[in-house]
Amino acid sequence: MRWLSRSYLALVYLLLYVPIIVLVVFSFNDSRTGYSWGGLSLRWYESLFNNHAMVQAMWNSLWLALTAATVSTLIGALTALALHRYRFRGKKVLNGMLFVVMMSPEIVLAISLLGLFLLLGLQLGYVSLLLAHVTFCLPFVVITVMARLAGFDERLPEAARDLGASDFTMTRTVLIPVIMPALMAGWLLGFTLSMDDVVVSTFVSGPSYEILPLRIYSMVRVGLKPEVNALGTLLLVFSLVMLMMSQWILSRSKQ
Amino acid sequence: MMLSIKQQPFRAAVLVLVWGWLLFLVLAPNMLVVGASVMTRDPSTFIALPLNLDAYRQLFNPLYLEVFLHSLYMAVMTTLICLLIGYPFAWALSHVEKRRQMLLIFLLIVPFWTNSLVRTYALKLILATNGLLNSALMSLGVIEEPAQLLYTEGAVVVGLVYLLLPFMILPLYSVFEDLRQDVLLASHDLGAGRFATFTNVIIPLTLPGVLAGVMLVLLPAMGLFFVPDILGGSRNLLVGNVIKNQFLDARNWPFGAAASIVLTFTMALLMFAHRLSKRRLGEEGA
Repeated sequence: MRWLSRSYLALVYLLLYVPIIVLVVFSFNDSRTGYSWGGLSLRWYESLFNNHAMVQAMWNSLWLALTAATVSTLIGALTALALHRYRFRGKKVLNGMLFVVMMSPEIVLAISLLGLFLLLGLQLGYVSLLLAHVTFCLPFVVITVMARLAGFDERLPEAARDLGASDFTMTRTVLIPVIMPALMAGWLLGFTLSMDDVVVSTFVSGPSYEILPLRIYSMVRVGLKPEVNALGTLLLVFSLVMLMMSQWILSRSKQ
Repeated sequence: MMLSIKQQPFRAAVLVLVWGWLLFLVLAPNMLVVGASVMTRDPSTFIALPLNLDAYRQLFNPLYLEVFLHSLYMAVMTTLICLLIGYPFAWALSHVEKRRQMLLIFLLIVPFWTNSLVRTYALKLILATNGLLNSALMSLGVIEEPAQLLYTEGAVVVGLVYLLLPFMILPLYSVFEDLRQDVLLASHDLGAGRFATFTNVIIPLTLPGVLAGVMLVLLPAMGLFFVPDILGGSRNLLVGNVIKNQFLDARNWPFGAAASIVLTFTMALLMFAHRLSKRRLGEEGA
């Protein structure tokens, strides 16, 4: 029974990782056709970095992810603090709305935002992308910070208040240090979600600001492009580093 | 303890910011979609009066009805396969030693952090006519001619299962973690066999996890339009593809909005079922 369940786990992990491994291996493939092995080569990485439009899209995506993660971490942290500390009317509604944003299919969020932006006459580009990305990252930051606040000694902020600290001072000196690891983890998650999003970006981006996932999307719809293997490998390594950093921050803070 | 704005400027600022963001970028746009679904298509302003239910009627147009049913079928297949693979997987995972569990969970969330588009494309390398799977099967002598794997319904389902499986496993894993050993022992002591324990104890106790997993898999399985775009060809469309075409190409907002409301409605139903199953457990457990 034991070996059976172990081999089952191993099999499923194998299936989950085979495509990723194939992608990484083929990114170093010299063959042009993309299916057969033609020896080791870095030519696809080279052609990737010689592709001006691709490099521009990469910078655009990085800047978008950086700003979206930062804004959503700021707003998300404040939201979590408000939900944790304050009693106010409509608290349940606020909670419910965040839950709905997280659960609802991305495409529903995408078209609703597209509708809003077009009716307001907002030009689709960096600003519309930023607003949309912050919105779908927000619930994830709120959850990460709330989880951190849940295991927090309530007497600390009260002590700060008794000692005469204002709400703002107490938040700055007591709460922020406590939630710092969650803020960093939430930021990293937001950054990655933004870097990888296809569905929402397809709707709310314009020709003035091309981002990486959409560039990949237009490439892979028609046939196979070996450059995508190289790009995918780079993105994979990048995400892995982000994820490991976030796990490290969270596990270190627990000790 | 209600303090006025003057006494707590920080609190007021936080609440205004948070509410403002959600009302403007979540509530208003969603209301807009609901509104658009009952309006008339207009080439210059996208939507116009008069109000009518034409868009909803169009959903039942045989052409679209077929697409929707086919999409629903693929989504249900995806969900069932994820459940069949994920349920025993989550059980096995919850029985691994704690120290190794952390690493295994980490390996499971890696896909969540990596680009789903790139991973879908990687499947294409494997499933293509002269791709790895066909070459492997032919060199093993299982098949003589390369089989058409890409651009089929099966390819879309495989792609969706591949992308969504972790979302089924994680909620199931968390309910198996909470499943207390003494409950199973009690069932055994009361004379229940393995099968009776499974149907009467384990299934009801893990039902909230099953429903959470179904919710997390079924809905994206109808919306992830890039999966059929890359793996499915033009005959295996999802509801997501229809919505995307209506908004970006055909410029028929009312119809696209009505189609997306179908998705939202499905989500509401699933959420309701999930809450119900949790509440029932809560009452029985108390």
